Amino acid sequence: MAGPSDETKETPSQTAGPYVHIGCTPNFAGIEGVYPEDLGQRMKIGPVKGEEITIRGAVHEGTGTVLRDAMVEIWQADAGGLYNAPNETRGTADPNFTGWGRSAGDMETGEFTFHTVKPGRVPCPDGRLQAPHVTVWIVARGINIGLHTRLYFADEAAANAEDPILSRIEHRNRIPTLLAKPEGGGVYRFDIHLQGPSETIFFDI
Amino acid sequence: MTSTPKGGYAARDRGWHPPALTPPYKTSVKRSPSAPLLSFPSTLSEETGPVFGHHILGPQDNDLLHNFAAEGQSAIGPRIVVHGRVTDQFGRPVAGALLEVWQANAGGRYRHRKEGYLAPLDPNFGGCGRVITGEDGSYEFRTVQPGPYPWPNGANDWRPAHIHFSIFGHGFAQRLVTQMYFEGDPLIWRCPIVGAIPSREAIESLIAPLDMARTLPMDARAYRFDITLRGRRQTMFENRREGL
Ligand SMILES: [Fe+2]
Repeated sequence: MAGPSDETKETPSQTAGPYVHIGCTPNFAGIEGVYPEDLGQRMKIGPVKGEEITIRGAVHEGTGTVLRDAMVEIWQADAGGLYNAPNETRGTADPNFTGWGRSAGDMETGEFTFHTVKPGRVPCPDGRLQAPHVTVWIVARGINIGLHTRLYFADEAAANAEDPILSRIEHRNRIPTLLAKPEGGGVYRFDIHLQGPSETIFFDI
Repeated sequence: MTSTPKGGYAARDRGWHPPALTPPYKTSVKRSPSAPLLSFPSTLSEETGPVFGHHILGPQDNDLLHNFAAEGQSAIGPRIVVHGRVTDQFGRPVAGALLEVWQANAGGRYRHRKEGYLAPLDPNFGGCGRVITGEDGSYEFRTVQPGPYPWPNGANDWRPAHIHFSIFGHGFAQRLVTQMYFEGDPLIWRCPIVGAIPSREAIESLIAPLDMARTLPMDARAYRFDITLRGRRQTMFENRREGL
């Protein structure tokens, strides 16, 4: 039986480097004809349930410069709070919503865009409900190990107030770094700051 | 006794991975968070993740020698097979794991608009491939051995020959990007990116040995690269009532 004593070490991380787009979004990188389309480009593969939204933002380094060589992935529940994953045991997620998106960012501005749905609430292991949120993962040149964060929605104040993870955050003034702001028309803005006064809260999960 | 792994993911050993800030790798200086990471036990949001079916794969996705080449042509360079197994920290095979790989050509040149190295492109080499692990966690692809290349960091820094890997397990918490190196490459121990990893033992786990047993005679040498993803603890001693 496996136990902590015979646990082996995880393979160590290395930076994704400047050319992550060759491997993960080759069509975007101009390498066409190898894969029919880049994975994670479409999160909606048919008519979806719930509120359709757009998440937009950019990744900023400590100098304030926007990264143009990052890759951002998101993972989230569907509008009913269910994950489109084989190990989702609470029900069947919307089959037209993958829950997973990947963006290479705009070639010129570095801005990432996800056309998705507003996620429903998902319980914690102890049964308490989490606020609607999106798991975000960032890799790029200069990032030695992928960064995990979460996107919450600024217009979900009541749910955010009782979210078990947001409640654990000691530095309350940093919570806004996790809040995507509604800009109208179903668009939410979420900027990620790797460093500096508005450094995003990153998680060790 | 078999038990179902339903617990949370074992915490990442942050002392084993490279830290965010490693000044000899200059780009990390302004791209490393300075506040401590906030720890919390994994929830469903991290314990689930996208899983990709074999149906997404084309017949040449795991054959970088040919997947970009013109009809009847193939990439130039030393032909190699890279293979291995993906398991979790508790030794369980990770079936259905998607591995995406990318690399420079045999001359050390990437097919990328921002790449400035004077070594030439190979018209028959794109540099990307992907494969999904089988029931026993095994995978295999073939390619050319990439060349080392110079990069702007120090005045004369060269990357050891390497293949980049992006790996999906069964939970988003397992998401990993890394690089595989080749046994015997003297540049490994001079590289600031490799040197971001604190221990020699951890670095050695990224160095693929030549595997003569899997070498294809008169065709391709083989290198073996096993990958370990985070594992989920078992439920027996899980205490998730307090806190989370
Ligand atoms: Fe590279």
